[in-house]
Amino acid sequence: MSSFIDELNKPGILLCDGAMGTELQKRGMAVGVCPEEYNITNPKFIKEIHKDYYNSGAQIVETNTFGANCLRLKFYGFENRVKEFNNAAALLAREVCPVNGFVAGSIGPLGEMIEPLGEITEQQAYDVFAEQVIALYEAGVDVLFIETMMSLDEAVIAVKAAKENSSLPVSATMTFELGKAGLRTPWGVDTKTAVEILSSLDVDIIGSNCGKGFDEMIEVIKEMKQFTNLPLLAQANAGLPEWLEGISVYNETPEIIAPKTEQLISLGIKLIGGCCGTTPAHIKKMSEIITNFNIR
Amino acid sequence: MNEIEALLKILAQTVIDGKKDDTVKITNRLLELNYPPKQILDEGLLPGMEVVGVRFRDNIIFVPQVLISARAMKAALSIVEPLLSEAKIEGLGTIVIGTVKGDIHDIGKNIVTMMLRSSGFKVIDLGIDVSVDKFLDAINKENPVIVGMSALLTTTMVYMKIVIDKIKQNALPVKVMIGGAPISKRFADQIGADAYAKNASEAVIIARELIGINK
Ligand code: B12
Repeated sequence: MSSFIDELNKPGILLCDGAMGTELQKRGMAVGVCPEEYNITNPKFIKEIHKDYYNSGAQIVETNTFGANCLRLKFYGFENRVKEFNNAAALLAREVCPVNGFVAGSIGPLGEMIEPLGEITEQQAYDVFAEQVIALYEAGVDVLFIETMMSLDEAVIAVKAAKENSSLPVSATMTFELGKAGLRTPWGVDTKTAVEILSSLDVDIIGSNCGKGFDEMIEVIKEMKQFTNLPLLAQANAGLPEWLEGISVYNETPEIIAPKTEQLISLGIKLIGGCCGTTPAHIKKMSEIITNFNIR
Repeated sequence: MNEIEALLKILAQTVIDGKKDDTVKITNRLLELNYPPKQILDEGLLPGMEVVGVRFRDNIIFVPQVLISARAMKAALSIVEPLLSEAKIEGLGTIVIGTVKGDIHDIGKNIVTMMLRSSGFKVIDLGIDVSVDKFLDAINKENPVIVGMSALLTTTMVYMKIVIDKIKQNALPVKVMIGGAPISKRFADQIGADAYAKNASEAVIIARELIGINK
């Protein structure tokens, strides 16, 4: 088995998985349940999803740990189970990971705001991220995906915690929205600032995830590409969810995203996958496109 | 421009800039000058918050600035509010409000709560992640005229229907008003809510309408 960094340095596009959260909901997880508790209570369920993504052609799947930090888990009374949830999640993904596949440890936002906006000090924020990083690292993930970051301060703290508490490659992606001020995170960070600050921390992969869909993602990547030579990762949402007579439906189908995937690849990204609303069918479509591309 | 007018203008600006200490200082100064608390609210604090809302919508400011302004507003409200109730200004009735189960977004709901309070409602804020049982308990206990629900996630907005169904099942005499970024008038109609408001100032107008006060 080659290391993740070796793989990153080889030519060709690397395919990540699609959504975990929306997939869990689609497969019946109730509102108000802690998704990370499923790593313990419904391991089969989680493994199924990972397996479906690997089988669709994903080389990298992300652990079901997006909200597995003690601040977010506290919300469900699970603040003391960070290690347990992260360990279990990493092992579940590993169990179904094929020999040429990789497991990425997912690290999402804290869920609370850092001083002066919120009550959490920078040191506390660091410690919270570090606890999750260590748990994922110990359980043997191949890379850390810090994602859906909106505040640059928080992203920086997360990257530092990842770098200083593990020897793993680190990816950092932020969420942008197109508004009257151009592409910005909800905290107001533009792509240039995000790229400059995050690259200065020696991250291995940079990019964007979530947001409003593939079209905006293309714009984000166009901008980011101007500012960096680092490997770029794009994980867009399958559009925006719409409420349709009882269920929320994401409007970008695998067919719709096919040409947009090609466009993202031609813009020079290194890794692609999906965020909210993307499914194994989306990843399968991407896989076909990438196979063609990698042969060419 | 007289001193009061000037102070009100500055007061609005301190809310816009999120300068909490100054907001408090000027609020106190206006009170010293015997300017009525209700007017401090209507002519200084609320217009400031209104601008914040517009600037957020237009991407001139972002979440951090909204929070900082909300904090300044809140600090001033904590001074003005007790005086309002002392002066028995407009007891419009009670509103129970909360962010529905599974959802922890509360910035918008907190602003709506502040605006409703400052317009004369007594607001019981149940916080975030509020279950149907919690809503029902509060309705039974507080006898509100309106229940307000907030949701920012498409996955949690559906929970509003659970609460509404339960309210109807129990035939509770309360109006339901909902809001949050993914909510629309159409969605509100579909799930049987009585009203939808797209922002905090509209929430005040609509809440008043719901209890039969027009304008
Ligand atoms: C801040 C924020 C957070 C903060 C919340 C902090 C807090 N204490 O609230 C944190 C980081 C914790 C967070 C977490 C998550 N978030 Co978030 N978050 C946001 C963000 C950036 C801003 C929301 C906000 O506060 N807006 C400002 C306020 C003033 O506006 P507002 O809430 O709309 O409120 C106004 C009106 O809607 C109305 N209103 C609101 N409530 C009510 C109630 C009544 C009764 C009435 C009448 C009116 C009314 O009046 C308000 C004032 O004018 C939005 C993106 C965006 N730009 O909107 C995403 C967003 C809502 N989050 C999103 C997601 C997916 C999440 C997470 C699941 C994952 C993640 N990305 O981290 C978690 C969810 C956790 C959970 N279980 O709830 C998505 C939702 C997608 C969807 N539609 O389902 C969004 C849209 C971002 C995105 N594009 O992906 N988030």
